[in-house]
Amino acid sequence: MLQEVAQKETGDLVINVGPQHPSTHGVLHLVITLNGETIKKVEPHLGYIHRSIEKMCESLSYRQFIYSTSRMDYLSAHINNHACALAVEKGLQIEIPERAQVIRVLMDELTRLASHQLWWGALAMDVGAITPFFHAFREREVLNDIMEETCGARLTMNYMVPGGVMFDLHPNFQSRVKDFITLFKSKLPEYDELVTGNVIFQNRMKQVGFISAEDAVSYGCTGPTLRGSGVSCDIRKHHPYELYDKLQFTEPLETGGDCWARYLVRMEEMRQSLHIVEQLIDNIPEGEFQAKTKAVLKLPKGEFYSRVETARGELGVYIVSEGGLTPYRIKFRSPGFSNLSALDHMARGQKIGDLVAIMGTLDLVIPDIDR
Amino acid sequence: MNREELQSAITALNADITFEEGGEYLTANIPADACRDIMQALHNLPAFEMDYMFCLTCVDWKTHLTMVYHLESRKHAHAVVIKSKLDRENPEIETLSDIWRTAEFLEREVYDLFGVRFIHHSDLRRLLLTDDWEGYPLRKDYEDPINMIKL
Repeated sequence: MLQEVAQKETGDLVINVGPQHPSTHGVLHLVITLNGETIKKVEPHLGYIHRSIEKMCESLSYRQFIYSTSRMDYLSAHINNHACALAVEKGLQIEIPERAQVIRVLMDELTRLASHQLWWGALAMDVGAITPFFHAFREREVLNDIMEETCGARLTMNYMVPGGVMFDLHPNFQSRVKDFITLFKSKLPEYDELVTGNVIFQNRMKQVGFISAEDAVSYGCTGPTLRGSGVSCDIRKHHPYELYDKLQFTEPLETGGDCWARYLVRMEEMRQSLHIVEQLIDNIPEGEFQAKTKAVLKLPKGEFYSRVETARGELGVYIVSEGGLTPYRIKFRSPGFSNLSALDHMARGQKIGDLVAIMGTLDLVIPDIDR
Repeated sequence: MNREELQSAITALNADITFEEGGEYLTANIPADACRDIMQALHNLPAFEMDYMFCLTCVDWKTHLTMVYHLESRKHAHAVVIKSKLDRENPEIETLSDIWRTAEFLEREVYDLFGVRFIHHSDLRRLLLTDDWEGYPLRKDYEDPINMIKL
């Protein structure tokens, strides 16, 4: 686990966690300064999976660049693609057919469910319980199969295009999603019984990794991390896109600011996502799944910014266009990057064993941070 | 505040501010040397209360660099984009990392990829690339025959 241990003169220990470490869920390198077991400082070293996607996008067309974002936050691939498609559509001022909007929202919410399932299993595994991981993957597998049937891929779906979605839904889609809803509704209480109600798990989560609402906003935290500190920040509520303003769902808020609060927020988000899927699955309107667009897209000169709520928080896509076939500059404001910047603040004064729990509830996906 | 009110309130902060036409957000161009004072006012004054910086980045325009800050107020639900022109040969601007702490990492990223120096930043080091990396990859004239594949 510890690659290198160095003793400093002051009595502080400096240890490296990662870049290859199971609890960092990817290649994140943390340099931790310890006093005994207490964390004095956490310094993240990034870049082990930096591919400079922003630079690559500068030489890709507006149809192509969308798919490089599937490789950022690979657990929210649909939602990343969605954000890019929205930014391009803003520039082109295309109206999206209603059917395409419904399909997009359905896919987004199923992606959120799959992502939260993996988070739940991985978090429990990080704090020492291996069984929940298999439970979570059992249900996630069903979702992956549904995705595979319609999109042709299980993880990097590449399903969104500017103007709608790439193909129509598979004929089995509706019935399989309904089966999944019934299945998952019976499994969610099992999740709670197995992990949420577990006293050992609760003790690992409560009063650990506290961040106040004010600090969380200052650090730019978004998504469940900020909602765990009691700040309403759901882009689907505050800046609704597609159909979200017509749907019934609540934004779960917890005021604890600790790991337990962030855990509860994500658990409730799963129920809300299920609720959204339930509302839409029987009401997919007939019609086109894609708006008519030109084969070669050209955005007018200007700047376009789109914001969406991924499973981890707010993703922003900032396109600067000079009127050409490729973007002049693209910036991805990734949720994981800002959430990670608050890690040092959350971990200071905690025990080293709690660091894994804190990172688990931040739900870090490293390719999203490094881009 | 709506867009017009926001524009007149920001104009009152500094006479040298110019505004861009159109765009999704109100966009203000401010001189780099007044950046910190204006940003401090946007963060602290109760009328603005821009407590959330949701994007900080830089654009290389070949003749100059432009810093772009996206700010939002959670309380008033208004947003503004602040831009500041920098000299390309010697890009320098005051840090905002003590006003919005999210800027600490974002400024390190811009320093890493564009070479903008943030004055008074507490820990200005490369973030993504190795410390001995030469050049700034997101600049338009950056060449790297080994790592870059041109189509």
